[in-house]
Amino acid sequence: MGTRISEHPILGVPQKGKLVSFSCDGQTLQGYEGEPVAVALRAAGVMVHRYTAKRHTPRGIFCAIGRCTDCVMVVDGVPNVRTCMTPLREGMKVQTQYGVSPVPFDQQGARPGSKTASEGGAR
Amino acid sequence: MKRYDLIVVGAGPAGMSAAIEAAKHGVHVVVFDENARPGGQLFKQIHKFFGSKEHRAKIRGFVIGQELLDEADKLGVDVRLNSTVIGLYQDKEVVVQRNGEVEHYKGDSIVVATGAAENMVTFEGWTLPGVIGAGAAQTMMNLHGVRPGERVLMLGTGNVGLVVSYQLKQAGCDVVALGDAAPRVGGYGVHAAKVARTGVPFYLGHTIKRAEGTDHVTGAVIAQLDEHFQFIPGTEKHFDVDTICVAVGLSPMSQLFKMDGCKVVDDRKKGGQVPVVDDLGQTSIPGIFAAGDVSGIEEASSAMIEGRIAGLSAASFLGYIDKPELDEGVGSNEAALDGLRQGMFAPKNRGKKIENTEEGIPVSTSLLEHGFVADDEIERFPGVTHRQGIHPVIECTQNIPCNPCQDVCPKHCIKVGDHITALPQLEPDAQCIGCGLCVASCPGQAIFLLDETDVPGYADVSLPYEFLPLPTKGQRGVALGRDGKPVCEAEVVSVKRTKAFDHTAVVTMRVPADMAMRARFFKATDDVQAPAAPAAKA
Repeated sequence: MGTRISEHPILGVPQKGKLVSFSCDGQTLQGYEGEPVAVALRAAGVMVHRYTAKRHTPRGIFCAIGRCTDCVMVVDGVPNVRTCMTPLREGMKVQTQYGVSPVPFDQQGARPGSKTASEGGAR
Repeated sequence: MKRYDLIVVGAGPAGMSAAIEAAKHGVHVVVFDENARPGGQLFKQIHKFFGSKEHRAKIRGFVIGQELLDEADKLGVDVRLNSTVIGLYQDKEVVVQRNGEVEHYKGDSIVVATGAAENMVTFEGWTLPGVIGAGAAQTMMNLHGVRPGERVLMLGTGNVGLVVSYQLKQAGCDVVALGDAAPRVGGYGVHAAKVARTGVPFYLGHTIKRAEGTDHVTGAVIAQLDEHFQFIPGTEKHFDVDTICVAVGLSPMSQLFKMDGCKVVDDRKKGGQVPVVDDLGQTSIPGIFAAGDVSGIEEASSAMIEGRIAGLSAASFLGYIDKPELDEGVGSNEAALDGLRQGMFAPKNRGKKIENTEEGIPVSTSLLEHGFVADDEIERFPGVTHRQGIHPVIECTQNIPCNPCQDVCPKHCIKVGDHITALPQLEPDAQCIGCGLCVASCPGQAIFLLDETDVPGYADVSLPYEFLPLPTKGQRGVALGRDGKPVCEAEVVSVKRTKAFDHTAVVTMRVPADMAMRARFFKATDDVQAPAAPAAKA
């Protein structure tokens, strides 16, 4: 669970952009504009970014430089977005990714497509 | 399809250096990088670099990064960010993905400087959120000001594992231990020592058995390994951690060379699959060059020099400079590179067990096995002497190409000599004025000032300090030994910070005289009592 550094012995006070609001699974969180979505999530205590398609096991930040794709989430309706490489903007809609869908596994497949479309496919 | 004289892939230390050197000679160059910011991994390096003046020694990595970008800016180097090179094809065709679209470019020459990716070890629970690469920790804390976690177990004692452990502590995280399957610390002893003396235990010949937790890491278990790298039953140790940081080496990202048909070989000493290059960094395809970690894992300092050589080579290949000009430019860079590739940690010595220093002194086995030089070993090194009055004690015990201590002393008290890997010594007639520049400048934080004569019965020990909160004058606490264990009570008598110290404070603590050679770190009493109350974990 990450927390923000208020002052660093070498780097001083971190220089951040403007404080913005975004949502994660419907919950309103705050982060700094321009920082990677993944970093804002870590600072807000969100550890799990997705659950894998086959075994449904959790994944979070792993490499933080866009190599491993462990941190992908559904961002503004688009799945498989590398949150460590995506700058945070005001009003972003971030969702935990189940397989490649924002719909939890136990709700997937009941009404094929419809739920995914209504929850994640707005744009 | 747009055409350039030179296309550089990667805006890290090697790529930017190549672009700068080529642009200086009139080459029309473009740099592509997939990241939103240039500089590669340099901006995450907040420690002072090793080497000599020409290698920018004692300057912090991110400062070197900024200087590199400023230089490129002045020369008008065109750096395209958020641009991923996804293909390198016949006749130097480069395919770039940018804003979801694919663009084609043609280069008359190419420098590939794609760097390296982190290696990984697998263990039970390794996919749990909270298990991260050491690079990820650096990215979060040093670039974005967010701690990756509160309590961290570090796996790996190479330079990355050691440096990142120290940086985690600087960011305010608690590093509970370092583990390494190898029987010996892999990185510079001085990097290990500066972590060990803060009280972090090293477990060599140990590796992780499992990460615990259901949705994220809540603990870790390590265990000792036998000579066949099998776990020894009954040696398990449990740590309450929320983060497991993995620093088990880097591998060159050389895929682009393979795409284009450059000859690639597997070279363990270089870290994996690397292109075959000549002295000028040219691959088996004329006009395609490699520079930096992609052609063999080394330090950022060497990557920058390789980049400069590749940039000059490209300029020569394209006809912008003639042979004498090329030879002159490459010659001085090669000499600088050669300087960095000396000593115990030189690429040629990788994997070798070194028993003695170049001076013939037996190396510290405690340093290799526990991360700190033992009290009964330290006095055999030439920089460690007893004198009247204030004087430096230089706990530099391995041959590393580095000499800022020699350059910064205004009284020329410290001598490394022309042979840059030699262990520093105190000149016999040294007139130390106690300015603290050597203490603050040593990239390994291995220099202390000792004054055993100021107050009878006491000794003043000055040490480099890069943590917050900074101790204050008059503050009482305990002195920790090189092993990070309390050795005696201590009182802070001065805290010096100057611009020349570059964010390294020089803290002077007063300790009983017989502790002068043992006390090497200061811990405020509040800090010590707090963790001492609960019983130590099994």
